[in-house]
Amino acid sequence: MKKRQKKNGGSPMDPLRQSPSRSSSRASSPRTLPCEMLGYVGIEAVLDQLKIKAMKMGFEFNIMVVGQSGLGKSTMVNTLFKSKMWKSTMPGLGVPTPQTLQLQSVTHVIEESGVKLKLTVTDTPGFGDQINNDKCWDPILGYINEQYEHYLQEEILITRQRHIPDTRVHCCVYFVPPTGHWLRPLDIEFLQRLCRTVNVVPVIARADSLTIEEREAFRHRIQENLKTHGIEVYPQKCFDEDINDKILNSKIRERIPFAVVGADREHIVNGRCVLGRKTKWGIIEVENMAHCEFPLLRDLLIRSHLQDLKDITHNVHYENYRIFRLNESHVLPRGPGWVNLAPAPVSVPAPAGPQANPVPPKVGGWAKDNSDEEC
Amino acid sequence: MSSEVARHLLFQSHMATKTAHMSSQVFDNEEKQKKENTRSLAMSGHVGFESLPDQLVSRSIQQGFCFNILCVGETGIGKSTLIDTLFNTNFEDHESSHFYPHVRLKAQTYELQESNVRLKLTIVNTVGFGDQINKEESYQPIVDYIDAQFEAYLQEELKIKRSLFNYHDSRIHVCLYFISPTGHSLKTLDLLTMKSLDSKVNIIPVIAKADAISKTELQKFKIKLMSELVSNGVQIYQFPTDDETIAKVNASMNGHLPFAVVGSMDEVKVGNKMVKARQYPWGIVQVENENHCDFVKLREMLICTNMEDLRDETHTRHYELYRRRKLEEMGLTDTGPENKPLSLQETYEAKRHEFYGERQRKEEEMKQLFVQRVKEKEAVLKEAERELQAKFEHLKRVHQEEKLRLEEKRRLLEEEIIAFSKKKATSEIYQSQPFMTPGGNVRKDKDRKNSSFM
Repeated sequence: MKKRQKKNGGSPMDPLRQSPSRSSSRASSPRTLPCEMLGYVGIEAVLDQLKIKAMKMGFEFNIMVVGQSGLGKSTMVNTLFKSKMWKSTMPGLGVPTPQTLQLQSVTHVIEESGVKLKLTVTDTPGFGDQINNDKCWDPILGYINEQYEHYLQEEILITRQRHIPDTRVHCCVYFVPPTGHWLRPLDIEFLQRLCRTVNVVPVIARADSLTIEEREAFRHRIQENLKTHGIEVYPQKCFDEDINDKILNSKIRERIPFAVVGADREHIVNGRCVLGRKTKWGIIEVENMAHCEFPLLRDLLIRSHLQDLKDITHNVHYENYRIFRLNESHVLPRGPGWVNLAPAPVSVPAPAGPQANPVPPKVGGWAKDNSDEEC
Repeated sequence: MSSEVARHLLFQSHMATKTAHMSSQVFDNEEKQKKENTRSLAMSGHVGFESLPDQLVSRSIQQGFCFNILCVGETGIGKSTLIDTLFNTNFEDHESSHFYPHVRLKAQTYELQESNVRLKLTIVNTVGFGDQINKEESYQPIVDYIDAQFEAYLQEELKIKRSLFNYHDSRIHVCLYFISPTGHSLKTLDLLTMKSLDSKVNIIPVIAKADAISKTELQKFKIKLMSELVSNGVQIYQFPTDDETIAKVNASMNGHLPFAVVGSMDEVKVGNKMVKARQYPWGIVQVENENHCDFVKLREMLICTNMEDLRDETHTRHYELYRRRKLEEMGLTDTGPENKPLSLQETYEAKRHEFYGERQRKEEEMKQLFVQRVKEKEAVLKEAERELQAKFEHLKRVHQEEKLRLEEKRRLLEEEIIAFSKKKATSEIYQSQPFMTPGGNVRKDKDRKNSSFM
């Protein structure tokens, strides 16, 4: 409790208000007496029980890729999960670009060593492709909020399902075009809005068009941009719990955004078969750390932080949405027929009236969003 | 030692069967529907999400585990000793008295740690159960306690700003019901209590002080007990048999219910090692000997194999049942009058609106009442004022009249004073002529008389 309050009071402009201090939460539980066991009992068998239960139920993961067309989003997803999730879209010259942003989701069940993963990938074709890209983030925010809404509706039913299907977006990978200069205004706008609702991992797409030095410089400039505009990308600093987490996550934070290259073709290099892009001047190996940072991205998303991504989505982002939604209904009492899911509340009206004090920064954040919409 | 090895083997075999029987996995109903939309995808390489269970486990280790046991049984039946033996610790506790007028529940939380697993264990004991002469109200405090824990969790869940991951879960995960070893059948109190608890908590009945029964009697006793439970419709906890690896073990254990246990923390030398046992003149009852009692089975089932399932059942079945009942009591339903799905939020909102309107109306009423009273009071006061004014006028008039009369009197008095002073003046003139005539004496006398008269 103490840890949480300190964090809350520290940064009033922090868009991510709550921090789940999971480990040191003893203050809320009753007085406990530590006891010494005189022999082996077998309590640690509960870990195996957990594993068995988890494997029986399977895992779910929902990832969203956002970026302009041609940045290699579909290829990246295929490379990440080593399968043909998407056919990389190469629209013919005659095909007109879609006028509105339409999100496409595809779900696959993949299995590895007995672990079943239900993976949902949401693509955003047409993002940032129009001439006037104003409010192009609205459909995306709407989709994310809609998933939260679905979950909330399921959760407040009287007769609930045993296991509520989780369609909430756990991670949003944002593809930054490799200009080499700065983040564009579109990027900044989008990232500012999205980092408050979902875990965002920015990556530098098509990094093979930048040299190593250019990459480093670009990365530094992007980090500066992010800091100036107060954008907290995953892994968020405020959720580091103990010193191990801090060390691990700082290492990651130094390298964000990763410079990645995606490829789904295999080539022979030095007798080995590797995934890579073949060009006239050489073969760029995707899994080679000297060439690009794809392994880091893959490790972050899948091997080490997948559960953490899901946890933060569930404990922080979803809770924030829930608080907002439940508060909203109290301020403006409406009769039956109140719940309407289309369109989901994207431009949120700043809750008027005597707002319960626990969420002042959040209200400020939303109000800021509103004022941005209005001007 | 052997149990550890057994555990590892168990997990290994589980992994083997999993990879072998991938296709025979049973999906939930919801997932069956989704299966139409989802395709299984073959991967061309190693991705690495097999570490997912490990990520889950490491998060759980960080969070720590919570387990709450409720022990129901008469005083002196061996509840505390059994718990001590189960967890191989000496929990601080003294013997309770037999003279409590009511049944009370005493909860104590302990922190245990084994390798990297932290367990927050809460033991709830019923104090004074079965001691009263009139036992009618014995089981009600227990039911109330269990409901109170569910209620606390429900309140936390319904809060707007909640912190469920932080919440110390105090819901009872398992109830160990201690049956006294009479050898005949269940007592009425036992039956009643178990009947009232079976829909709220996982019950595992155990026969306490099993060293008081012989082996043959024990067999008969167990059969009798189980048949009584079944015929009375008491639902005790069945160890789950849907998972292949532990199904066999669990199924066989289900046949051994209720477990006949002996608890002891005292160590006795048997052979060449010290074991936990109870020493009698006629022999030594070893706690961890499977031939002597079912203690090892209980420990296996309770802790090593099914702890997670017990927690799961509590959360997904008993708690959901409680929640559904509670919310329906409050008048909230899932479907509206036209059978359209109505969300909880909507009905809550509608009710709120209703109450709000109610409150508005009441406020209006009170306002009206208030205004009316004020008016009345005002009228009364005005009346009083008028009266006062009238009185004032009256008094003024009286005063005026008094004044006039007094004026009159004063005038008269002044006239008299003038008259007197005139006479005084004339008498003085007469006095100033003393030698005028001898008859003057008579006149003088007369004057003197006159003046004295004046």
